[in-house]
Amino acid sequence: MSAEHVVVGRVEPAARRRAHPLLRFFRRQPVGAAGLVVVLLLLGIALLAPEITPYDPVANDFGAQFRSPSLDHWAGTDAYGRDVLSRVIFGARTALLVGFGASLLGGTLGAVIGVASAYFGGRADLLVQRLVDVMLSFPIIIVALAIVSIIGTGIDKLVVAIALSFVPRVERVVRGSALGVRAMTYIEAAQAVGASPGRIIFRHMAPNVVAPYLVMLTASLGQAILLEASLSFLGLGVSEPTPAWGLMLRGAAVDFATRAPWMAIVPGLAITVTVLAFNVLGDALRDALDPRLRT
Amino acid sequence: MTRRVLALLGAVLLMAMLVPFPTGAQAPRRGGTLVYISTSQPPSFDGHRETTFAMLHPVKPHYSYLVKFDTHNYPKVIGDLAESWTTSRDGLTWTFKIRSGVKFHDGSTLTSRDIKATYDKIIFPKGDVVSVRQAIYQSVRAVEAPDPQTVVFRLKYATPGFLEKLASPFNFVYKAEILERDPRWYERNIMGTGPFRFVEYVRGSHWVGRRFEDYYERGKPYLDGYRVLFIASRSAMLAAIKSGQALTEFRGVSPAELSDIVRSVGDRVSVGTSPWQCNNTVTINTKKKPFDDVRVRRALTMAVDRWGGSQALSEIAFVKPVGGIMLPGGAWAMSEAELTRLAGYGRDTTAARQRARALLREAGVPENFSFTLKNRDIAMPYEPVGVYLVDQWRQIGLNVQHQQVEAGRYFADQRAGNYDLVVDFACDFIDDPDVQLPKFLSSDVSPINYGGYIDRQLDALYVRQSRTADKAQRAQLVHQFERRVLDEQAYAFYVLWWQRIIPYWKTLRGYNTTTNHYVEPDLGEYWLAE
Amino acid sequence: MTRYVVARLALIVPTLLTVAVLIFILVRIVPGDIVELRLVSGGSFVTPGVIEAERERLGLNKPIWDQFVEWMTGIVRLDLGVSMWSGNPITQEIGIRLPLSLQLAVMASLIATAIAIPLGTLAALHRGRWIDHLVQVISVAGLAVPSFWLGILIILVLLGVFGYLPPLTFTPLMQDPRANLAQLIWPALAVGYRYSAVTTRMTRSALLEVLREDYVRTAWAKGLARQVILRRHALRNALLPVVTVIGLEFAFLIGGLVVTEQVFNLNGVGKLIVEAIAQRDYTLIQGLMLLVALGYVLVNFIVDLLYAWLDPRITYQ
Repeated sequence: MSAEHVVVGRVEPAARRRAHPLLRFFRRQPVGAAGLVVVLLLLGIALLAPEITPYDPVANDFGAQFRSPSLDHWAGTDAYGRDVLSRVIFGARTALLVGFGASLLGGTLGAVIGVASAYFGGRADLLVQRLVDVMLSFPIIIVALAIVSIIGTGIDKLVVAIALSFVPRVERVVRGSALGVRAMTYIEAAQAVGASPGRIIFRHMAPNVVAPYLVMLTASLGQAILLEASLSFLGLGVSEPTPAWGLMLRGAAVDFATRAPWMAIVPGLAITVTVLAFNVLGDALRDALDPRLRT
Repeated sequence: MTRRVLALLGAVLLMAMLVPFPTGAQAPRRGGTLVYISTSQPPSFDGHRETTFAMLHPVKPHYSYLVKFDTHNYPKVIGDLAESWTTSRDGLTWTFKIRSGVKFHDGSTLTSRDIKATYDKIIFPKGDVVSVRQAIYQSVRAVEAPDPQTVVFRLKYATPGFLEKLASPFNFVYKAEILERDPRWYERNIMGTGPFRFVEYVRGSHWVGRRFEDYYERGKPYLDGYRVLFIASRSAMLAAIKSGQALTEFRGVSPAELSDIVRSVGDRVSVGTSPWQCNNTVTINTKKKPFDDVRVRRALTMAVDRWGGSQALSEIAFVKPVGGIMLPGGAWAMSEAELTRLAGYGRDTTAARQRARALLREAGVPENFSFTLKNRDIAMPYEPVGVYLVDQWRQIGLNVQHQQVEAGRYFADQRAGNYDLVVDFACDFIDDPDVQLPKFLSSDVSPINYGGYIDRQLDALYVRQSRTADKAQRAQLVHQFERRVLDEQAYAFYVLWWQRIIPYWKTLRGYNTTTNHYVEPDLGEYWLAE
Repeated sequence: MTRYVVARLALIVPTLLTVAVLIFILVRIVPGDIVELRLVSGGSFVTPGVIEAERERLGLNKPIWDQFVEWMTGIVRLDLGVSMWSGNPITQEIGIRLPLSLQLAVMASLIATAIAIPLGTLAALHRGRWIDHLVQVISVAGLAVPSFWLGILIILVLLGVFGYLPPLTFTPLMQDPRANLAQLIWPALAVGYRYSAVTTRMTRSALLEVLREDYVRTAWAKGLARQVILRRHALRNALLPVVTVIGLEFAFLIGGLVVTEQVFNLNGVGKLIVEAIAQRDYTLIQGLMLLVALGYVLVNFIVDLLYAWLDPRITYQ
């Protein structure tokens, strides 16, 4: 980072009239825009799930097991005769719930800790960093696994477990940014004037870490969904008969993969498309918000 | 005329040559290595302290028994190390004549001293030795070895089914000398008199055994050796069997998995089926409202359509037979007429559900009442059973949350009474009321009663049947017990019993599917065709 | 430089100690008991007296402090103890599975690097054109595809279309290379694809950064051949972040392949971790976590060293 880029609060847009930011976004980042469209579509599907699904996702129908995709069942049926498409649609709810819940919770917690740790510095900061180091020494799936073992399974506990797994990573990134801001002279000035830590943190530091925070948020959305899928696949996530994409890939889908491949293919596609959309959107957001963080 | 006769003879001879000869029983062929699968690792190698098939399937072929179940005529008990036995008239003294010339894998000779040491360890464990089935042998006063070829069991009271209890597939016969030196040696080591010696065990991967040339039964074992592949994933297991990398697995597959195998290699596999000495039950926490109300409990069991469920679930899981506490179709089972009179076992589901709803209203349970059904997180067959139950209860207006938890938490919660309803299971190697009934005794008598109820009638019935020698009378008492548990009080209920389906390559001969996966594999009897 | 090395090393010890302490506490918070699991899950009837005796024998009834001291002194003596489930030394339990996990990690890394560096370079050099977009799509997709789903699809194709089943047991590479590779190539591909996605993106962006640098522009202006610029200047400096990413991802692969190992039925470290946690095998969990953390920390350390060696400016921070 060269010395010329002194950041003083928010950057005001140029005086010249510009096109609406959203339009600019669409034009500059067509792929990101596509991602946004898909995400909105998913949100719509999830919200309208009960209206648009042709069948009840949890009703067993033992006369219709393992039916291949047809006009009746666009994605076929599973081992209990349940319509795969309906389950995938309702599964979007679980995915988005866990995705947004976990990344918001984890992201916010991580950001708060990061900023606070950066501001207060000293021994508290060192202690927190040691703890974060420890959590970072493990693959994220192991951390999530361990937390689930302690607090139990179920959708609410899953959100907490995944959120907690993200905290260290978010914390590191946000802290890095916050440290940069902390060193700014205007912070010292605010302290000299007698501003309280809370005021400094929320009025001065927080706005400048919004960019990395948002970026980490969108990055963790996709990751959260993948993690939920992995944990449900291992049997440590949500339980049957809740429709959840990872759960649909477990058990029967794998055992009968050669007999009824749609059971394994369709939910996996759903996961891929969703995570792809979030990732692409996240990338575009990152490019738009802060080119310095571009990867 | 002669020409006609000759022609006829010729025709007959020709036909005789063309028609294949009936082969009859083929003579067992020596040779070959049997490869089979086990889905779990053995926690230790000591049969006396483990309860899982995961230990039996690789370890069993290394050991012999005093007496054992004949897998060709299950549940008949035949002598293994015992040549013959007699019982005293009062049933209190059992005398076994031991074969001579039986060798351990290290060359030493087996005597009655080894058998006594083995059963002392099982029945009277000392120090920190763990004998898991000790309670079954409570009636034994002492085990004696008066001479090298004789073992005597002295009982405190006559025990029906004592021979079957001795024949437990977990009762590996160990070497006395080793037990004296280190009674825990057998947890991590193998030294037996069985048909196969131990070669190697790579944890997580495979187990290998080789023929013991000095095995006491001349001519056996037919196999040169065996190899167990440890494969936890069912799809990998099925793929292995389909490709012939393994010939079978001795626990069981679901009908859908069977059809998958048959579709690939149908003409090359045989299928053994049998009712299984395993089942799924639901335990109700009688200490929690509203489950302390017998009407609610009865409603819960009435709502479950067992006959329909048997048909529906048997396609995707290895469950099928409908029964009570004792093995369906076994010596102690109720007749179908009696069974259908129990709550939840009737054929008219609609009527049963109407009555169930009425009972719930009576007991003050509102529509859409919600509770949690705890279950294990194992896919087969717990998950389908759980999903089915949830759906059944939905149809009487109950909103049930299905919660699958992993084993550690499951047992902890069950023991602590931290559940509403929980799916449980029971598996055993014999169909004996003394073994199946204790689960349902009062909670202060039976430590495995997690339902939390006290019922002295049941306790009394149990003791009576345990001392009743006359089979018919004993059966009556057992059925009374069953009716009280499953119908009158509905403390717990049976969902479905399991169904053993064993597909195995036709090259495996001498195999017979029995009612449980503990007495198998009986490798000394198996052989491989070309 | 030496001071840098020593400083980094000094960080390792407190991290590992903290891990050791935390793990000890955390495993004991989880509800569930190994003895019960072992004896009761068979389905038959076991008296509580038997369960108690076993707990006593495993040392589970000893005061917590004693257990803690035993654990910590064991670490100092490099003795991780014995698995509560099997009774085998923990180093032995891990030792059996480590070769497979290591080999898989190495293979996946090689595959990933072999794909990522050329692709990332191509994308950076032709920025904005169709090949750049194509590479970006491929790598972004790689991050979105669940690797265990990819594994399931691979098996589906192998079995369903080709009727082929990879070997199910692990043979060491030296013993039988064909069987060994036939088993591990498929999970390596499934894992490597995702791994390559991360690395491709990093290669591309790092190269882009470097190509913008003044000294590269100078060399370009001076008329040096593109290949020369690339090889001598750009790639070497772009390697820094790429190496970091490769290193970090590699560290993750030992023990992080929990789900992939399940799908391909591999006897690896990830599977051992899941089993140990499921069985509540305190000593094994502790030992495993410590080793995973150690591996992670060591790899980070090596990456840091490499970083410092490649760019001496770092050591002055």
